[in-house]
Amino acid sequence: MKLVIIDYGAGNIKSIQFAFKRLGFDAVLSKDVNEIKNADKVIFPGVGEASSAMQKLKESGLDTIIPTLTQPVLGICLGMQLMCNSSEEGNTKGLGIFNVDIKRFSNEVKVPQMGWNTIYNLKSPLFKNVKEDEFMYLVHSFYAENCEETIATTTYETTYATALQKDNFYGTQFHPEKSGVAGEQILKNFLNI
Amino acid sequence: MLTKRIIPCLDIKNGRTVKGVNFVNLIDAGDPVVLAKQYAELGADELVFLDIAATLENRGTTLDMVLKVAEQVNIPFTVGGGISSVEHVDALLKCGADKISINSSAVKRPELVNELSQKFGSQCVVVAIDAKKIDGEWIVHLAGGTIPTELNLFDWAKEVEKRGAGEILFTSMNNDGTKAGFANEALAKLSTELNIPIIASGGAGTVQHFIDTFVEGKSDAALAASVFHFGEIPIPDLKKELQKNNIPVRL
Repeated sequence: MKLVIIDYGAGNIKSIQFAFKRLGFDAVLSKDVNEIKNADKVIFPGVGEASSAMQKLKESGLDTIIPTLTQPVLGICLGMQLMCNSSEEGNTKGLGIFNVDIKRFSNEVKVPQMGWNTIYNLKSPLFKNVKEDEFMYLVHSFYAENCEETIATTTYETTYATALQKDNFYGTQFHPEKSGVAGEQILKNFLNI
Repeated sequence: MLTKRIIPCLDIKNGRTVKGVNFVNLIDAGDPVVLAKQYAELGADELVFLDIAATLENRGTTLDMVLKVAEQVNIPFTVGGGISSVEHVDALLKCGADKISINSSAVKRPELVNELSQKFGSQCVVVAIDAKKIDGEWIVHLAGGTIPTELNLFDWAKEVEKRGAGEILFTSMNNDGTKAGFANEALAKLSTELNIPIIASGGAGTVQHFIDTFVEGKSDAALAASVFHFGEIPIPDLKKELQKNNIPVRL
């Protein structure tokens, strides 16, 4: 299986690569359009600020390529957020794959949400052998509102979409690569889709 | 519900753990990777590696260690000690560190907090603050609590929050090493006046101390070293007790 992690200069890519290595898979880092198009599975990572990450995608032309991919694609954290319509972070447009907007938590709660929280209402093959209310590691200040494409929710200030799916596109707000054995199960499930 | 975090802290020197560590039958108690894996399996929520003898010369050794930890450990970890430049942080994050912690370098040049949070995001910038209560006032200290500054703990914490810190790691020098409990009054004040997570450090001795810092101290996470390393408080037992006391934990 050819597994590619999109390398556009945003985020902690090493952790994702290592997580797949622990599962016995070599993931290739690439920004090459053809390599990404020809992969069996694509990981779209991201840590940092939304508008500057979106800018980087535009500079490399990846903003037009990613929505046209037909193989399973998994966006993680900011990667998932960029797959949505828009983000309040830097008031940027997103890739428009998921029909939902990204909002900021209010100051009624500590921002960022940092640590382990539960995911529930799980509905996707992505969560095979993952129990309801499993703990996942999250670090984020912005969130996707609950919507039709929600396949898992988390509650922090409000109940929001902690994972999304539309056709071959998957996204998780949490970091499966940092969420212990349960997180590794989700990565394994993605590889089996 | 977001849970309270339990964070063992490992002191590192030349890529090896220092201070005795004696909580399980480890083949190599000096190997940070072996220890980190063990802690992850026991239910630690995060790990902190503190390079206590960081120099320019041994930077490569530490980076190598970070890479090995990232390769084998499936929970988040922070690296601190001797970090004072954007380039150094870039190298640590590229090796797989999730967060970095800065202390003295932020006091010497506060703009560093802005630079790091703008380039890498607030989520990976932890500002560690060592403070000592002198004549009723909490004064920020440097170099492991030996050098006093002019800064007041609460003013400094608010300033780094404004500059983009994603989290505060507050060590009370009055409590550190005493095993008499955390500085909960100061912690609660920090937690109320700031809107970013606060990690309590210094003073852990009993399970009750952890309960107290989460309830009275309003801490978001608690960090400790020796009570974990010497098996005085096994992490699974600690978390069960916290849960019995209605404190949300990951079990």
